[in-house]
Amino acid sequence: MLLSRVSFESSEDVEDEHVVESSILAVVKNKPTETMGAKKGGKTVDDVEDILHVPLKAILLADSFDTKFCPITLERPKVLLPIVNTPMIDYTLAWLESANVVEVLVVCCSHSKQIVDYLDKSKWVNRPEFSVTTIESHYCTSAGEALRLIYQNNLINGDFILISGDTVSNMVLTEALEEHKQRRQKDSKAVMTMVIKQSKPSQITRQTRLGTDALFIAIDSSTKQLLYYNDSLKRSLSLDKTFLAENSSVSSHNDKQDCYIDICSYEVLSLFNENFDYGHLRDLVKGVLGDEVSGCKIYTHEIHSDYAARVDNFRSYDSISKDIIQRWTYPFVPDVQFSTNHPTNRERQGIYRASEISQSCSAEIGPFTYIGKGTSIGDKTVVLNSVIGDGCKIGGGVLIDGCYIWNNVTIEDGCKLKQAILCDGVVMRSGSVLEPGVVLSSNVVVGPKIVVPAYSKVSLQPQPVEQDSDDELEYADDNSETLHTVNTVENGYSSSERELSEIGIGGRGFVWSKSEVDREEEWRHSVAPIPESKLIELTHKVFDEQDSDDESDEEPPTFEKEIEATFLRGVRKKIKEEDILLEINSLRFLYNMASENCASALFYAMMKLALDSPHNSPANLVKNANDVITRWGSLLKPYLRGIDDEIEVIMKFEEMCTENGKEFAPLFVQIMHLLYDKDIIQEEAFLNWANEKEQADESDKVFVKQSETFIQWLNEASEEED
Amino acid sequence: MPDTHALVNDFLNKLKKRKIEGSKATAKLTAELLRSVISQQRLPNVNQAGALIHAIKAIGEQLTAANPVEVAVGNVVRRVLHIIREEDVSLTAASIGGLSLQGLSDDEEDNPLVSAAAAAAAARITLRPPSLQTILEDMPAHSASAAAAQHSSSSAGDSEDKTKSTDKNSRSRKLKHNVIEAVNELIQDIATCHEQIAEQAVEHIHHNEVILTLGSSGTVIEFLCAAKEKKRSFRVFVAEGAPRYQGHILAKELVARGLQTTVITDSAVFAMISRVNMVIVGAHAVMANGGVITPVGLNMVALAAQRHAVPFVVLAGIHKLCPLYPHNPEVLLNELKSPSELLNFGELSDCMDFGTGTGSPLLHVVNPAFDYVPPKLVSLFITDMGGHNPSYMYRLIADYYSADDLVLQQRPAS
Repeated sequence: MLLSRVSFESSEDVEDEHVVESSILAVVKNKPTETMGAKKGGKTVDDVEDILHVPLKAILLADSFDTKFCPITLERPKVLLPIVNTPMIDYTLAWLESANVVEVLVVCCSHSKQIVDYLDKSKWVNRPEFSVTTIESHYCTSAGEALRLIYQNNLINGDFILISGDTVSNMVLTEALEEHKQRRQKDSKAVMTMVIKQSKPSQITRQTRLGTDALFIAIDSSTKQLLYYNDSLKRSLSLDKTFLAENSSVSSHNDKQDCYIDICSYEVLSLFNENFDYGHLRDLVKGVLGDEVSGCKIYTHEIHSDYAARVDNFRSYDSISKDIIQRWTYPFVPDVQFSTNHPTNRERQGIYRASEISQSCSAEIGPFTYIGKGTSIGDKTVVLNSVIGDGCKIGGGVLIDGCYIWNNVTIEDGCKLKQAILCDGVVMRSGSVLEPGVVLSSNVVVGPKIVVPAYSKVSLQPQPVEQDSDDELEYADDNSETLHTVNTVENGYSSSERELSEIGIGGRGFVWSKSEVDREEEWRHSVAPIPESKLIELTHKVFDEQDSDDESDEEPPTFEKEIEATFLRGVRKKIKEEDILLEINSLRFLYNMASENCASALFYAMMKLALDSPHNSPANLVKNANDVITRWGSLLKPYLRGIDDEIEVIMKFEEMCTENGKEFAPLFVQIMHLLYDKDIIQEEAFLNWANEKEQADESDKVFVKQSETFIQWLNEASEEED
Repeated sequence: MPDTHALVNDFLNKLKKRKIEGSKATAKLTAELLRSVISQQRLPNVNQAGALIHAIKAIGEQLTAANPVEVAVGNVVRRVLHIIREEDVSLTAASIGGLSLQGLSDDEEDNPLVSAAAAAAAARITLRPPSLQTILEDMPAHSASAAAAQHSSSSAGDSEDKTKSTDKNSRSRKLKHNVIEAVNELIQDIATCHEQIAEQAVEHIHHNEVILTLGSSGTVIEFLCAAKEKKRSFRVFVAEGAPRYQGHILAKELVARGLQTTVITDSAVFAMISRVNMVIVGAHAVMANGGVITPVGLNMVALAAQRHAVPFVVLAGIHKLCPLYPHNPEVLLNELKSPSELLNFGELSDCMDFGTGTGSPLLHVVNPAFDYVPPKLVSLFITDMGGHNPSYMYRLIADYYSADDLVLQQRPAS
């Protein structure tokens, strides 16, 4: 459409002089448009044309509305932060352009001036068939408010793509758009299509790769309608029974990743407008799913071979950078000039080199590395898995491993950097060390021979006081003169200067202190890989969650239940003892339990049996117990290998007496006596147990006191033997 | 001007985004773009060819930089430059024929040497068909002759000025017109190269032969079908061409045209090659030394063919002929595509979990788009101009390209 207009102008332009040629020109002009149109879609020419008829718009939110990239985002908007040396917004815009989007509304909130300036200078403006319009708004503190603004100004009146400016993708949108349109024709309530991607087959990958919380969704497997969405899953999940009854085919997934690319209809904006409590983009999804009245439906579109991910935190920043270097985002890779980036050569093993690099012969550049234009690297420096921006000066003997170094950074001799982010203009004096997970914001200076501890965040901006955190964080005044140059010459350790001295003599910047909650969570969102110990913790947590998924918390864990069931089945069906043992053993290996757990679980089961069998007086109950122990006591034998195992059994019984077998409480001593008589538990175990309980709380000592005489008797007996 | 600018930018953008696939489409679009650029270019009164060449070179430089892997862009740009030079030379020769007579009569005393030399040079150029010698010829001779021609024309008297300028105007029209005509011919050539290559099919494919090919190429389809239409009965083995599996598309196409087709995996090529009479493949680009840049996997096929003495025939339209050598640093031989063509990201995201372990990627997926087949493995090239030996390629290049255009990058000095 636009092309034809251009050609019209041009033929006018030439008419006055080159009358003869204008006829040729007309032919020339028409041809490329035809062929290009045919080229774009390949086999699906008609589809593409169909979509092209309605100019596709997109809303790009150039603000994350969160503080995960603090303190960097105090000085610079998140979308302008470089990822593999290209601002994130360029990836998003390049993708939108390749997806045949015609008009993009960029909503800028914090640091809007920087974004507007950047876009004005970039090559995205003055494109014939791709217009980028910026909308400035300083008052929006959430995505919801930004969308309300667009709604109120009537800027969009058709289908649009809703995307955040920190999304990296190369997906082909044609199919998803087509699906969305077809659904819309059938059902005007199908307001949104969400793009999801299958990923993370392992339980923990979902949290370790992109640093996001587990996502649980339920989809109608035939219509692809989204039925349930939960991105803040902590422990267990409960679905309503009616929910399952109402929907005939539900497939639930925890292995999907939300790409944060949404194809929306106009109604989405009005939904945001009507519901003032929608702040985050996904509030809408949850709201629509929870709201039966409006009847709006959300559908999903799953992508397989295409790439799409959102830079949500430092962890995903690291993962997505590596994905880009590994070319999963092709054609948006460093050596293809999809935006304003410099020409870059790709070398073997995933090394990318821009022009004008001066590198010492003895310097070693490892695989999967990007080195920007005009950077110099000194003798015997080792660079591994890192991204180094333009115009950096790196001295000799430096070790850089897994770091993201932006533009114009100076690193002096002998520094060691591991998994850190260094923003523009950072200076590291010789011999300083960055431990994993450090983030140095723009223009920070780290003094000589200083070790910056792991997960530190250093910025020239002082940390804001607690009360105006969250929403306000990204709104710090751009021009505020807070460049405190402090020279702690005397190494004064007065309380006010303590923070400053942490980054050494001549250093500049404030080390941000963290609240307790942050400290707990920081490893999860850091650029540094998650430490081994935390990983084990995480794995266990996941498995624990799995175990407890299908029962309420009051009931005993699965293992004990299983043992009990096995035992009861054995009793009922009169299965041979060896066979029961075999089953218990296999259970034990399945759950990876120690023998003591088996013993206690088994004993618990026996007592439960005694308790459940009919009895009318405590004496009867003791008799029941006696019968059971006599009959099945031999089962316990293989698991009581030592005193510790026996103590475990006693403790289990104790627990039982206090919890769900209160009838046993007064009979505690009698049962103990019984166990001693039947030679199941030795006297030493009793004595040790009693000794252990010496230090316990009063409340815990109930049974010890009860069995005082019994213990005493045992003591005497053993003395007699001696 | 802004119009061409927009066109060029649009095309650049498409090249950069890798939106145009296939050297034929790229070549055609490039030629069409250059044609519109030429038609819009306003030419100065003097040294028109130079201005035109300068303009085209400037655009050509941008275009080749936008997608250095797609050499067809550079080829077409060089072809167009060559066309301009040729047209200029023939025009100069024509006018110099007239001028030199005038010059000799009018300015004989002024500077007889120059005009005489110019006339001689012009005569030499016009007499000589464009060939190998043009390359060996020094640039100065050419420019000197042009300069001399100008000099002689400017030194002519006032009285002739008016007639000259009208003459100039018509000459400018003429040059532009001729060049556009020639570029149109070039576009035509690119469009019809398939047919011209396919015409030769019967000479190469015989009855009951077994042909092996890998991946898919429009030229190969046309070639095989042309032989089929001429009532040759033969069988085709199609290696599927991982990871894009274009071979599947080819097989479908061939079966639709009634050819006996067998699909094999790429890894079965060596096992099958002993039953094959000829390997026929398409190319991405043909280099000056006769080496070929082909879709990935063909070097393996070529080696297998050599081992069993099976002829390895490469079909290539003349627009794929690149005047550069593969060792030239300007030539980017390969491009790495997305690993998602090989592997499912979701299945493997475990291996790309940078949040665990050392954080360094242990898995590296390499998905090159092209192979380089050295000239010694190629038995025959079939172009729209006929069949050629690999060693003859440099000769063809001399016919189609001018030596001055081999380097498109303009020196900062000029």
